[in-house]
Amino acid sequence: MRLLTHNMLASNARGAVTGYPLKLQAVKWSTKEVEPNPYFLRGILPKLDWPALVAATHALGLPELLPEAPPTDAELSAEGAAEEEGSALRCLHRALLEIHIEEGTLVCPDTERCFPISRGVPNMLLHEDEVRN
Amino acid sequence: MWYLCVFYHRLLDYRRPEVQSLAELFGGPGAGDAVEWRMPENHHADSPFHLVRLPGDESLAAQIANRSLLVKGIYELWGHGATYEELEKAVREYPEERKLPYLTPESTFKIVVDSFGKVISFPEQNEIIKSLTYIPFKGRVNLKKPDHKFFVMETDDYGCNNGLPPVVQRTTFFGREVGAADRHLLPTYQLKSRKYIGPTAMDAEMAFLMANQGLARPGKLVYDPFVGTGSILVAAAHFGAMTMGADIDIRVVRDGRGPDCNIWSNFEQYKLPEPLCVLRADNNVPPWRPGLKEIFDAIICDPPYGVRAGGRKSGGRKLIKGTVAPYTVPDEKRDSHIPSTAPYSLAECVHDLLHLAARMLVMGGRLVFFFPVVREDGVTNLAKYPEHPCFKLIATCEQILSMRYSRVLLTMVKVGPYTEVVEKAAQERHREFRENHHKWMEEGNLHSAVFSPAAGQAADGKPFIDRDSKPKYRGKYV
Ligand SMILES: C[S@@+](CC[C@H](N)C(=O)[O-])C[C@H]1O[C@@H](n2cnc3c(N)ncnc32)[C@H](O)[C@@H]1O
Repeated sequence: MRLLTHNMLASNARGAVTGYPLKLQAVKWSTKEVEPNPYFLRGILPKLDWPALVAATHALGLPELLPEAPPTDAELSAEGAAEEEGSALRCLHRALLEIHIEEGTLVCPDTERCFPISRGVPNMLLHEDEVRN
Repeated sequence: MWYLCVFYHRLLDYRRPEVQSLAELFGGPGAGDAVEWRMPENHHADSPFHLVRLPGDESLAAQIANRSLLVKGIYELWGHGATYEELEKAVREYPEERKLPYLTPESTFKIVVDSFGKVISFPEQNEIIKSLTYIPFKGRVNLKKPDHKFFVMETDDYGCNNGLPPVVQRTTFFGREVGAADRHLLPTYQLKSRKYIGPTAMDAEMAFLMANQGLARPGKLVYDPFVGTGSILVAAAHFGAMTMGADIDIRVVRDGRGPDCNIWSNFEQYKLPEPLCVLRADNNVPPWRPGLKEIFDAIICDPPYGVRAGGRKSGGRKLIKGTVAPYTVPDEKRDSHIPSTAPYSLAECVHDLLHLAARMLVMGGRLVFFFPVVREDGVTNLAKYPEHPCFKLIATCEQILSMRYSRVLLTMVKVGPYTEVVEKAAQERHREFRENHHKWMEEGNLHSAVFSPAAGQAADGKPFIDRDSKPKYRGKYV
């Protein structure tokens, strides 16, 4: 599971108010290089919940990776940003797409319900008594 | 400009929509709608020969043909006629300035003789090529890698069906190839040699057609909520899209058949970037955070309809038995508990899919999915397709599976925004489905509600179920 996915998910179990953001507890994670696509990143940026993404990088022990405020569109479209190590675009790319959570848990902030991540797959399925009416 | 578009004689319903989707993909918004079609005189609608008018310049036509699965070739038509005399007259009349740039001494060329519904022997082919002396070819012949490829295509006048659509009158076309399909993809991606497949894996050709309908390309994000073994996302990833999938079945999405035989290995096998994410989730109770919307460029899927593999949804025993004695999972068993599921009616599954798409697709994004249709006595009942205020249906392509079932690939475009009104209506309907689980299990499935002929009375009293009979070719539907 990548942090982009973490940014999209919530607990929808009975009892959750917003069920979001899920606390990320990573037991095992790795980094895999992926080709950056500036066009994709610029499109996805406005859809992100930035504070939740920053919190997720902190949970992984990477407090330096992302700034507190999201990058601007101009920063992302800057010439050579995709190639330049440490550019705003590369950091965003790394955070969203290159970090893979292999084993861990997503915890609902309202109910403490744990959603396990195993072999990279978050299990968001509810038990039958958790489904809302 | 008008071109001659020659198709493979298969998946007839899918041919024109594929070209239009690719026009949109390469030509930009509106280019798909700008495509116009005509049939050559005396040609049946199922004929492989179509005349198409494409916007833009020739490079667009080439891009369309090269990416397509069903276009054999797109040609600049220099002339056609019922006889070789008529053909000569037509080609001579074709404007010089369109012809001469392709006939120059420094270029190389090749002439191919092709036929439809008949066989032309080598000596006959040579005779035909020799008869073209009225075209002033100045270049050198190069059979391997010519700059320009010319085609002579003959159709016979066998009149009625001998495995091919009827041609009333023999026609011969002469044209210059602008682009041709690359079907090399198919042997590479065929399911036979794929590591991880399941009983409902989508065959490679259909998966590529679906990815084309969904305008998959680099920088776009494609989601499959019923991802199974990932065969649809493999096709989308081949065309450069980023992918994401979910499935209710953890064995399918996480375990596969072991560490080297699972969804991920299917992407590795073709050296494709792996999906951004594969989730275990129920599309009936989707796990998206509040406020998230308009993030996918396309949703492409083969929903679980029960014809081959029925859908399941969360809430199991409770829904089935009713609320009299709700089942509670004992706390000590929560971690290892395997949730039971209830059957998922077709009507509810389609409702959830349309709602997901209304919320999660960007404006102009595409929803591409299969919809089952019942046939009777070998004839398809033209069913009413699902509708949604946010969507416009732009293509319906039938594939006949048996005497009793067809599946229709529906392509819809998101034309309306996801508003609070749409959201409220969907929630209301969701509740109604849950409260009346049993009723929907009886009425919301294939042979009832959505498709039942009894329900098919239009206001004027005439049944709206129209019957569509398709011709077979060599005893088969194509
Ligand atoms: C027709 S198959 C799709 C197969 C897929 N195209 C492939 O390449 O293998 C339908 C899939 O939907 C899944 N499914 C059934 N009910 C579901 C639900 N409520 N939510 C999500 N997935 C579901 C099934 O487990 C099955 O894998």
